Amino acid sequence: MAREPVLSFTERGLYCPAGDFYIDPWRPVDRALITHGHSDHARSGHRAYLATHAALPVMRHRLGQISAEGLTFGETRQIGGALVSFHPAGHVPGSAQIRVEVGGEVWVVSGDYKLEEDGLSEPFTPVRCDTFITECTFGLPAFHWQPQAVVARQIADWWAANRAAGRISVLGAYGLGKAQRLMAALAAQGLPGPIATHGAIEVTTEILRNQGYALPPTQPVSLQKPDASCLVIAPPSALGSAWARKLGPVSEAFASGWMALRGVRRRRGPGTGFIVSDHADWPGLNRAIAETGASRIFATHGYTTAFQKWLAHQGYDAGIVSTEWQGETQDPETPT
Amino acid sequence: MKAFAALFEALDATTKTSAKTAALSAYFTAAPAQDRVWTIALLSGKRPKRAATSTELRNWAAEEAGLPLWLVEETYPIVGDLAETIALILPPPRLQTDRSLTEWITLLADLTGKDKDTRRAGILAAWDGLRPTERFLFNKLITGGFRMGVSRGLMTRALAAASGIEDSVIAHRLMGNWTPAETSYEQLISPEDDAASSSRPYPFALASALEGGPDALGPVEDWAAEWKWDGIRAQVIARPGAFALWSRGEELITDSFPELGILSRSLPKGTVIDAEIVAWGDAGLQPFASLQKRIGRKTVSKKLLAEAPVRLIAYDLLEDGGRDLRQSPYATRRAGLDRIVSSLPPGAPLIASPLLEARDWAALAKKRAEARDHLAEGLMLKRRTAPYHLGRKRGDWWKWKLDPYSVDAVMIYAQSGHGRRATLFTDFTFALRDGNDLVPFAKAYSGLTDAEFREITAWVKANTLEKFGPVRRVPPELVFELAFEGIQESARHKSGIALRFPRMLRWRRDKPASEIDSLDSLRALLKAAHSPPRP
Repeated sequence: MAREPVLSFTERGLYCPAGDFYIDPWRPVDRALITHGHSDHARSGHRAYLATHAALPVMRHRLGQISAEGLTFGETRQIGGALVSFHPAGHVPGSAQIRVEVGGEVWVVSGDYKLEEDGLSEPFTPVRCDTFITECTFGLPAFHWQPQAVVARQIADWWAANRAAGRISVLGAYGLGKAQRLMAALAAQGLPGPIATHGAIEVTTEILRNQGYALPPTQPVSLQKPDASCLVIAPPSALGSAWARKLGPVSEAFASGWMALRGVRRRRGPGTGFIVSDHADWPGLNRAIAETGASRIFATHGYTTAFQKWLAHQGYDAGIVSTEWQGETQDPETPT
Repeated sequence: MKAFAALFEALDATTKTSAKTAALSAYFTAAPAQDRVWTIALLSGKRPKRAATSTELRNWAAEEAGLPLWLVEETYPIVGDLAETIALILPPPRLQTDRSLTEWITLLADLTGKDKDTRRAGILAAWDGLRPTERFLFNKLITGGFRMGVSRGLMTRALAAASGIEDSVIAHRLMGNWTPAETSYEQLISPEDDAASSSRPYPFALASALEGGPDALGPVEDWAAEWKWDGIRAQVIARPGAFALWSRGEELITDSFPELGILSRSLPKGTVIDAEIVAWGDAGLQPFASLQKRIGRKTVSKKLLAEAPVRLIAYDLLEDGGRDLRQSPYATRRAGLDRIVSSLPPGAPLIASPLLEARDWAALAKKRAEARDHLAEGLMLKRRTAPYHLGRKRGDWWKWKLDPYSVDAVMIYAQSGHGRRATLFTDFTFALRDGNDLVPFAKAYSGLTDAEFREITAWVKANTLEKFGPVRRVPPELVFELAFEGIQESARHKSGIALRFPRMLRWRRDKPASEIDSLDSLRALLKAAHSPPRP
């Protein structure tokens, strides 16, 4: 009898028959292993959750009353016939790749990941495996990120110019990960002024700060009206909204990997785009895949068709898995 | 190139006209003089000779980046622009080459026509010395199609601000086919005329669409009404030693319409007329379809001349006896036009567009309803006291077009757009029912909001049945009301029908695909549209 695969692809999500659990499922299941707290990966309605200790506080905040257990990075747990462990994915604080070993065969689910150390997230660690299921949100050779320090310098310059022109800087960034990473990177450069936050950003920031992540002080906009010296960090959906207009004269910018494309920048309208992503760029994806030593790769959420073909071209046994994970979306209407 | 790249980035970062004018005006004051000339040329749609084809560029870029060509081809529709795709996939530059815009253009001109290896080496060396934005702009110099969000009017105002010369003079000076390599900045903005100006056209006055009705326009007597003819807008120049025909896109089209050359003998010297080129057979005016055979032909065979002859229908007189009439009221210009047209020998290929008399707006509305019978698209309304404006100036010229035809159709293919619409599915193919089949009959890509395109894009991604490169086949479920201006038979289309200016009027979320129109309804329309026109 042919051996069952370590993970199979079902309508509810990635399923491990040997351990009877799912990884980041999109329909309610009995036992869910969660890579990180973004809403397309950590959904509500599962009976039991397993994630890293570092990911749990945000998940509990977002999902309410859940039955959840935490593991430290690298700690192993036997679940039925499967040995599982979580390894840093470098995507956002607490985010993990999940390693599943059954009968000596190792599969790794990448979750979302990036290779550059952002000074906040536990740095990405390659995990040797036989089969690697990788995201490929930016899986085309047009995407090459600049070092974070370079982008932080651009943002600081923009902030200083706005300040000189008497305008409040409003930076759109996703509420879990990107926002805090930028705060920390800006603080590392020496802040040109105080950082203010939209309520949605402040909540996650406060949770991460309480966990011990080193974050600069922030001032919620609701408590103190920002002036032109401030950088206001807000969810992307707040850009151009009535909320932003109430702040007074503002200059808006969006921090996203998609800002690398002029078409997307122009479609978002005026303002500035900073190219910074919590996902791996093209060289990052290729390096990460090579470092797993895996011979079989499944690509998911992103430019899967082209990326799978590219991997096959490189000699991998490459396939595509359809999932309902979204990666970094181009439009603020879809919150992640 | 640094200054040009900085200008580009400044223009790209704003949609405010004031900020754009300021950025341009600062550039026109500070940049090297010859760079200014080239910038004006590029913004006017001119470009240097092609030093490489786009196929060569993508091959060379793929080789340089160590990527298979198919992957570059897959990346292109996502980025939405070839010049940008190449700039993004290339490895980072190893050098910093500091050359002016003009020097880069000269380098490209020198490469043009050289053997492939020389051109390849030259372009690879250039790529290796340019930063990303500069690299993108360099590629744009080769591929053409600069879209920097700068209208002709905006550029003219910025030049006027930088030079202190009136914008109407500059607008006129920039018309026609001057070549940047042989023109200096001083010449370009100089109010003094020179020999080259003898065939230079005036900027065309443009009308705005009249939404709703004419009620707000005041008494009908203040307005001149005529048919809005469906042809090619053109300017006829008859000056001493020069006869020229210009299209609205400022292309010299004299040689494409040799049968109009006879006017060089009969029009008084020093005459400039604003007119429409229309198809004109033995039975008189012909539908636009007959003119289509003549479009884009540089040389015209005797056979084609006999098959699809043309004529001019004159609208306006811009120069009379060498005198610029544009500031005179319309009524005066029109009287001059009538005088000139009546002096032409019988059979001359130029007539005056008839003025439509009406006692009141209601009578004029009735006329408008008959426009299709006259092969017109509707009415043009011109204020009798108005000057001939530079470009589009709201208030004095209105196009009062007929409501378009419309049809409900279902989307069957979706393709991603270009430029700012790359990564969105915006270009759709539509089908109508034909018995039990769905027959594709039209493509359209405009008329919806960005929010609707985003929603449809998400739907297309979730409902793709097949992928062919950038094209997705989707289930026939989304219904749209399409508008179009005209209809004609076509042997090239599977449906046997070709539409003029199809676009999406609205997304019919309320309609299931079972309720779309049939191809028969279009066939009936075709039959009605092509019953012989009234004389």
